[in-house]
Amino acid sequence: MIPAAFEYARATSIQEAVSLLGRYGEDAKVLAGGHSLIPLMRLRMSQPSALIDVNGIQELDYVRVEGDRLRIGALTRHVTIQHSPEVKASLPVLAEIADEVGDNQVRNMGTIGGVLAHADTAGDYNTLALMLDAEIVTDRRRIPASDFFQGLMETALAPDELVCEVSFPVASGPHHYIKFRRRLFDWAIVGAGAQQLADGSWRVGLTNVGMTPVRARAVEEALAGGAAFDEAAAHASDGLSPSGDLRASPEYKLHLARVLTRRVLERASAA
Amino acid sequence: MAVSQLVGARIHRREDPRLVSGRGRYVDDMTLPRTAYLNVVRSPHPHARILTIDTTAAKAAPGVTAVYVAADFDAVLSGAMPVAPAFVAEKKTVPDRFPLARSEACFEGEPVAVVVAETKEQAEDAAELVEVDYEPLPAVWDLEAALAADSPRAHQDLADNVAWDLTYNADADASFAEAEVTVRQRIQQQRLAPTPMEPRGVMAEYRPQDQAMTVWMSSQNPHFIRLFVSGAMGIPENRFRVVSPDVGGGFGCKISPYPEDYLVPAAAKLLDRPVKWIETRTESVQATTHGRGQLYDVELAGKRDGTMLGLKVTQYLDAGAYVGTFGAFQAVACLVAGGAYDFRQVASRTIAVLTNRVPTDPYRGAGRPEATHLIERTVDIFAREIGMDPVEVRRKNFVKEFPYTNPFELVYDSGDYDKPLRRTLEIAGYERLRREQEEARSQGRLLGIGLSTWIELCGFGPSGATAPATGGLALTESAHVRVFPTGSVTAYVGTHSHGQGHDTTFAQIVADDLGLTMDQVEIRHGDTAEGTAFGYGTYGSRSLAVGGIALHRSCQKVVDKARRIAAHVLEAADEDVVFEKGAFHVKGSPDRSKTFGEITFAAYGMGLPEDMELGLEAISYFDPPNLVWPFGAHLCLLEVDPETGAVTLLRYIAVDDCGNVINPMIVEGQLHGGIVQGIAQALFEEVAYDEEGRLKTGTLLDYMVPTANEIPPIEMDRTVTPTPVNELGVKGVGEAGTIASSVAVINAICDALAPLGIRHVDMPASPDRLWNLIEHARSTAPQGGDR
Amino acid sequence: MKHKIRVTINGQVREDEVAPRQLLVHYLRDVVGLTGTHVGCDTSQCGACTIHVDGKAVKSCSIFAVQADGHEIKTIEGMAAADGTMHPLQDAFWNEHGLQCGYCTPGFIMAAAYLLEENPDPSEDEIRKGLEGNLCRCTGYVNIVKSVQRAAKTMSGKAEPEPASAGE
Repeated sequence: MIPAAFEYARATSIQEAVSLLGRYGEDAKVLAGGHSLIPLMRLRMSQPSALIDVNGIQELDYVRVEGDRLRIGALTRHVTIQHSPEVKASLPVLAEIADEVGDNQVRNMGTIGGVLAHADTAGDYNTLALMLDAEIVTDRRRIPASDFFQGLMETALAPDELVCEVSFPVASGPHHYIKFRRRLFDWAIVGAGAQQLADGSWRVGLTNVGMTPVRARAVEEALAGGAAFDEAAAHASDGLSPSGDLRASPEYKLHLARVLTRRVLERASAA
Repeated sequence: MAVSQLVGARIHRREDPRLVSGRGRYVDDMTLPRTAYLNVVRSPHPHARILTIDTTAAKAAPGVTAVYVAADFDAVLSGAMPVAPAFVAEKKTVPDRFPLARSEACFEGEPVAVVVAETKEQAEDAAELVEVDYEPLPAVWDLEAALAADSPRAHQDLADNVAWDLTYNADADASFAEAEVTVRQRIQQQRLAPTPMEPRGVMAEYRPQDQAMTVWMSSQNPHFIRLFVSGAMGIPENRFRVVSPDVGGGFGCKISPYPEDYLVPAAAKLLDRPVKWIETRTESVQATTHGRGQLYDVELAGKRDGTMLGLKVTQYLDAGAYVGTFGAFQAVACLVAGGAYDFRQVASRTIAVLTNRVPTDPYRGAGRPEATHLIERTVDIFAREIGMDPVEVRRKNFVKEFPYTNPFELVYDSGDYDKPLRRTLEIAGYERLRREQEEARSQGRLLGIGLSTWIELCGFGPSGATAPATGGLALTESAHVRVFPTGSVTAYVGTHSHGQGHDTTFAQIVADDLGLTMDQVEIRHGDTAEGTAFGYGTYGSRSLAVGGIALHRSCQKVVDKARRIAAHVLEAADEDVVFEKGAFHVKGSPDRSKTFGEITFAAYGMGLPEDMELGLEAISYFDPPNLVWPFGAHLCLLEVDPETGAVTLLRYIAVDDCGNVINPMIVEGQLHGGIVQGIAQALFEEVAYDEEGRLKTGTLLDYMVPTANEIPPIEMDRTVTPTPVNELGVKGVGEAGTIASSVAVINAICDALAPLGIRHVDMPASPDRLWNLIEHARSTAPQGGDR
Repeated sequence: MKHKIRVTINGQVREDEVAPRQLLVHYLRDVVGLTGTHVGCDTSQCGACTIHVDGKAVKSCSIFAVQADGHEIKTIEGMAAADGTMHPLQDAFWNEHGLQCGYCTPGFIMAAAYLLEENPDPSEDEIRKGLEGNLCRCTGYVNIVKSVQRAAKTMSGKAEPEPASAGE
């Protein structure tokens, strides 16, 4: 299967990318790693009029620790995050998540900015960004993750807006992420992440249990109130109404949310 | 055969150097000058009336050469696509099928039009511009619902949805009357997509001046395609050549002819230029025939001492919207439902149901995995019912004397069913595993041990049985061995190798038979313009047990003639000349000797015996006197996560017996792959549809072929029980792994879940399915309940 | 509009004009004529199209040819030495019966070559994980894993390669 025809333009700077996006209009899309976009285009479920290739924008490929922030350029590939000593030291859960995104070939092409902008509810980074209050930095503003994810594959981005960076708080305390799936390279049926912050509080997030990534605030609050892991995890499904899919019914997803939340907390604190 | 040097050895495959170098030659690797590309427009509806097809916009699109609907092919294609009798001689309803739907499209993916363009991009673009006005019709896919009197019909004009309803054997009443215990179970066989890594593909060229057609395609049996398509096009077989080059796997879905196999050559003739069509993966999952798709009701009658008396089986088979060319082969499950056991009576009935889905057809094992699954599952249920170890129940009831005639008059050729079972239990440490299981259970862990003592019938097949089954052509096999004057040999075989390694194993046989090195032997297959008049292809684990024997017999004919020439040259009596280690010598006088090469040269020279023609080549058609019956014992150890329903495979042990082995390396490889396909059915794969009957698993993201990570290490051994059916003592092994393995996994899961009172689990045993069962069991039954 | 690209493929530089929508795998197969790289799916799961771009394994069905401009590509046809000697992985797949129909094999070899480049002494689990992006329907992966283990030994000098044709 071959994508429908489109125009192609290569950007070498943020400014050029934004101006190209403006020029080609709403039907243009950014081409980063392409591993979500190109299969959709081959199936002709996505038919952009133009692709703005940002792979040549060197300035978007970086990992920097500055103070209490881990700043990652949008074009940073999964493979870089997976092996980065800076990431492993400052936010090890992110490196562990990167290790389980797709497969080697996908990790060599796919980018963190692409995952954020695509806003798939099964995108594992998105859950981490949300639960840790990451900021998504674009060519024109800084968007808190809690405002960024607006719906199923919907974000706060304007059509001509480019994700440039994601800025995470540094956190190297107890952490874990469970990606529950049937085959190793599959997306999560349900994912659960836990990170203990320096002040001893927990952040807990869930993947693929709603239209957007989910922060399990009821769990966090229960833990803050002194609840044991299993008691707190029982709240993981509070307020959720996931839709069913090929791999899981809504009830099963809710159940997994609770079980995986308990396990992710247990494993995080046991590590 | 002569002193064996190569047969039985782990010879590395001769086809591999080109394949590991990227120098294989698959259909899409070839393109002829002026090739045009064909794209198929398919119905997006499970069932719809075709009101109009407007091709105006598509015809006007850039690069488009032609847009055809059914009527455009009437001049070059005639008749309906073939349906073989197989195991159901009398069918009730067989809807006629033309390669393109005319007024009614009966499954999602059914071809309704084709677009031909200068490039594949243009063909795909233009296909989107073909405007088909559909009127959706009620569709049916649930087997039980389809049998109801008021069900929608799979085709508007059908009286009902029953393609066939055949009772092979009605009577098991005496056994059930005598029974102390009866158990019954309904068992699902989900639809599977065969998914060879190379999808299908066809390229055709017609040369009007010669009135000759050449088709290159990814096929398991090019001769049958030639037979069918040449007939539909009115081109004689001698001017219709089908070439099946390197083929990236078949697994049964490249046996039957498909619409594209007619449409591409027909378009090439209409356009007078080469035309190529390559299937996409999406098309492969949607419109290539599926396997399985069955539902079984099984009842077993037995005694408390473990004796199994009788069995009743009803097969409901989802035929799909048309009956697959060899779809009725799958009814074979009814004839071997008794498995490895000496049942006094087996009653069985097959009912095929027409539905609005792609037709089902053979997929690796075709009826035999289903038979193994139903009997091995039911035996376990029976064993649990009477509180006996599943090993003991099996042993008590094994067929022990051979040949054995089963209730359907099928004759099991040879076997020793306890032998591989003993070895499997020994490798597994069965007693220790059971103790570990007890310990695990006491900790709330769900460890399961599953057995499958499988048998199969393969090596189709005797002409008396198979000629009626194909509608006239017996499934024998042919081979043509040509010896060149200087002693090298080319052997043409009617089978087709698409991963099975025939280039190597067949060369081992020829080299041994003729006393040559492998390098002196060339094996050719897959081109109907070469070799014998008819070849029968590769499926049903038949290549070695039928084709290998034809090859061996051709070699024997060559040796016999060469011996007579040698006797003449050596001035000895024919019977005094011995062929040994590549040379002929006079008995008792090893110095009176001629090499094979000297004799082959003489065969093309002068001074042959008076009654002898020149040349040294031979053709054989082998018609086996019976089928062959491999068997074995598999054991799966796994653990179920009681909270999530996730299954972790821990060990998989397989001890199999396929008679004598030509190349153990290849036999092991066939088993590895087969076992994993069965595991994949047990745990991962299913073609799933939504509430409107539309495909949900159209890509490999959703159709879950497992990766290397979901598969446990496989521990293997072998027993050897040669068959008396052929002179090499060989059976078949291509399907054995798949026939055996799905039920070993499911039995292990049921064993793991037994403490919860769960008796049966259908496939795929996905985590959500198991979680549901576990939840249900916990909410409805007290611990230890057994229902 | 077509775009001019300049790429190095198996050591040879070439320039072509490509339409933006031409997939890299189609460019390699249909334009360059390197048909050893196969297409097995539409959605990047199967890995049959795996090649190396700048030394990294990627799926050439999910990259446009135009994106390859300025990059270095290696395909299965570029794995053997200049004198035709097989790469240790090719030799190991042959020796260990790591292929049957052969269709997925080039992709597996390219994925495995990258894996061994990154991790010359992988455990069995690491091999299986390293090959998670490639599907095989024939071998059950058993002998593919053995092939990679064998190649790892050969490439690290722990074992002498032996000619496959010798058999046992």
